[in-house]
Amino acid sequence: MCTMISQQLNISGSGKAGSDWTRVDLVCVSFDHPFNMPLEYTLNLDFTSQAGTPGARLAVELDAASARQLVQVIQEVMQRAQAGGFVAE
Amino acid sequence: MYTTDQYEGMLAETVILPAYHADLINAYFARPLGTGPFPGMVLIHHMPGWDEWYRETTRKFAAHGYITLCPNLYFRDGHGTPEDVAAKVRGAGGVSDEQVLGDVGAALAMLLALPYVSGKVGVFGTCSGGRHAYLSACRIPGFASIVDCWGGRVVMTPEELTPKQPVAPLDYTADLACPLLGIFGNDDHSPTPEQVDQLEETLKRHGKDYEFHRYDGAGHGFFYHNRPNFRQEQAVDGWQKVFAFLDRTLKGA
Repeated sequence: MCTMISQQLNISGSGKAGSDWTRVDLVCVSFDHPFNMPLEYTLNLDFTSQAGTPGARLAVELDAASARQLVQVIQEVMQRAQAGGFVAE
Repeated sequence: MYTTDQYEGMLAETVILPAYHADLINAYFARPLGTGPFPGMVLIHHMPGWDEWYRETTRKFAAHGYITLCPNLYFRDGHGTPEDVAAKVRGAGGVSDEQVLGDVGAALAMLLALPYVSGKVGVFGTCSGGRHAYLSACRIPGFASIVDCWGGRVVMTPEELTPKQPVAPLDYTADLACPLLGIFGNDDHSPTPEQVDQLEETLKRHGKDYEFHRYDGAGHGFFYHNRPNFRQEQAVDGWQKVFAFLDRTLKGA
């Protein structure tokens, strides 16, 4: 790992790759070299199942601006959902 | 230097290596055909994993006359495409320095045991592999040469130390016992030019045999022909510097 900027979070959700859905229970968030995006560093999200193989991975690589905007949009959407009484705590 | 009238042959294959904690891991092995003796090289792969670029580079070193072994440092983390395995390792915060040193030491021992290896073995790494190469050359007795290509986090602040990386490789510089070649891009963010300056000052202070080449117009990973950071002119010159250095330090040329 070049930057070593990486954190894991246990989650509960589902992800889709191709035509198949799979349960995901771990997301790895890192800022490090991407595998595909033509940049030196990206914000990388790897959604996985802890019981799965390394290939059972839903991967997203975002440039820094996109990552920041995504966080902001998620916060805004969650605030609206909370205000609308849609979020079961 | 290759000439058009010479014979050239190579064997390249996956092998099994008894490594750290006696774990069996796989490694990619390439060697020129012939009885030798040939010098050896251990290649330490980068953060994107034990990937195609490293298998190509293993064969490249063999074509230049080196018995070359590239251990899969991520073997214990499962199998799949190199990037999927590397992503899993990335999520877990990387592999520990202790484990890497065990695997690299085992690779060195395997090469030295081969009857067609001359007894001189070098170590090469890029990116995180450059850091691991520096660490290995300081901590594992027996290497005759080291090539550190843009190894980040050789210089580390106390805040950057982790249980897996408990000591900055720079702090082991006094133990470096072989000549070092450093290849760096001046636009790199890890290591930054200031960190390369600090590394050079430390090598000087300890009276080490080193040679640095620092390239303008190049950033991190400028040898990687499959990535946008590739810089043709600097990469061609850098590879020439690598093999000139290894020929001098391992072949006595």
